[in-house]
Amino acid sequence: MKRVYVNEKWCLGCHLCEYYCAFAGSNEKDMARALKDIKINPKIKIEEKDGVSFAVSCRHCREPLCVKCCITGALTISDGVITINKDKCVSCYTCILSCPYGAVSPSNDGAVQKCELCVRTAEGTPACVRGCPNGAIVFEERG
Amino acid sequence: MRYVIIGNSAAGIGAAEGIRQIDRHGEITIITNEPHHTYSRPLISYLLLGKVTEEKMKYRGGSFYAENNIRLLHSTATEIDAGIKQIVLSDSGFISYDKLLVAAGSSAFVPPVEGLDTVKDKFTFMSLDDARKLDEVLVQNKRVLIIGAGLVGLKCAEGILARVSQITVLDLAPRILSSILDDDGARLVQNHLESKGIAFRLSGSVKRFEQNTAVLDGGDTISFDILVLAVGVRPNTALLNGIAEIDRGIIINEKSETSASDIYAAGDCTQTLDVSSGQNKTMALLPNAYMQGECAGINMAGGEKSFDKAIPMNAIGFFGLHIITAGHYNGEVYAENENYKRLFYSDNKLNGYILIGNVEKAGIYTSLIRERTPLDTIDFTLVCKRPGLMAFKKEDRTVKLGGGAG
Repeated sequence: MKRVYVNEKWCLGCHLCEYYCAFAGSNEKDMARALKDIKINPKIKIEEKDGVSFAVSCRHCREPLCVKCCITGALTISDGVITINKDKCVSCYTCILSCPYGAVSPSNDGAVQKCELCVRTAEGTPACVRGCPNGAIVFEERG
Repeated sequence: MRYVIIGNSAAGIGAAEGIRQIDRHGEITIITNEPHHTYSRPLISYLLLGKVTEEKMKYRGGSFYAENNIRLLHSTATEIDAGIKQIVLSDSGFISYDKLLVAAGSSAFVPPVEGLDTVKDKFTFMSLDDARKLDEVLVQNKRVLIIGAGLVGLKCAEGILARVSQITVLDLAPRILSSILDDDGARLVQNHLESKGIAFRLSGSVKRFEQNTAVLDGGDTISFDILVLAVGVRPNTALLNGIAEIDRGIIINEKSETSASDIYAAGDCTQTLDVSSGQNKTMALLPNAYMQGECAGINMAGGEKSFDKAIPMNAIGFFGLHIITAGHYNGEVYAENENYKRLFYSDNKLNGYILIGNVEKAGIYTSLIRERTPLDTIDFTLVCKRPGLMAFKKEDRTVKLGGGAG
């Protein structure tokens, strides 16, 4: 299946992926209006140090520790995509304890959040990938 | 192939899902002595808090058994005849198996305290039925005494605090959450809980009960209306007495096999290797239970699976204060106090950690423990301050972010 892959060589550290991610989750039509005056809490996050930067989001592991460790059954994997059922999540953070990439985080709505490959926004390509100006984040099939 | 699973919680469900990864058609029977759909045991405190309903407590969806072609048998397995591969049921029926998983869980330990039989409203806090019974007696003017300041006792306290007049938690240990926190961390969490209205009596034990009064060892007394016993759990191993090797729990290997042929075990009833300390121990934790169960299921169905990365690990929160801990706490210590953090390391390995408050990216630390990552292969100074993939070498990051994901 197609996944989000990151090549740090091309990452500019511009953080646009974070803004596109936050916008994709906002249900708003206009990006500027959606993000005006808010501190964004995106599901993809840039790590940067000494001129090196790269984006980290859910790897959609084939053996997902977050799903196996979830105490409520809120995290599930279906056709390779790991999604969160916010109704079932009680924010115990066992997934944050488990994820070896640090790709699950607290959200603003009482449940955890993670990249769901924009499956809920019905776009063919995840917003971070579409928004990356330098091709550092791609969505493709790799063995 | 006839698969029988004794236990309908995380380990049992993990096994059923593991079997179905390999074998779509074999007969699976799950035997449970609880009259419920599979539910998440740790959610019973959230139920009393009103944060979940019984419907939302379901660990798997309502059609789980039908979708996976599983027969759910509400009965109690009373005896196993490993010679003829048969299980005796409490209603005097029998069930035969080709491969058996014992995922019988653990039971609340009830300490033999003098006069306990004189206490009318006393409860343990392990099951949905325990929670329902406790729920019935919760009234605003009642005083609650909880024996045990561990995970179970304190989650119970959080769950019922708003529904009673007073809660006192008593523990033999000098600090709360003694199995997962160090002194300073325990003090911090205790202060938080006290600020919410929970009272503590630590380094104390009950000498005897006289109806609604607990007489402590030192002679002090505590009056209460409701008693909750949360002093610990004991693995349910009896079914395999004389059949498989048992220490404190049923001994299993990395394939979740017991010493008896075609009998597997997983979850709270077992004892297994903690890779963070190198010790064999019982680790009654849901994530390990699921992964041991899944591993058992895959192997029962003829697949190949090892689960050899069990470590103690807990994510727990009280009134919005989050705590994540893992591993064991030996070695040198890296400490931060503003956002409480303790990392314990020795011999080039991370052994354990405690995070209170800011728990962001805790899984990076968990992974270093589970994988026994040599610390000289990463930027340990950086990862101490800021957990992240940046601490890894570029080539390792390329694999992690560019493919080859778990």
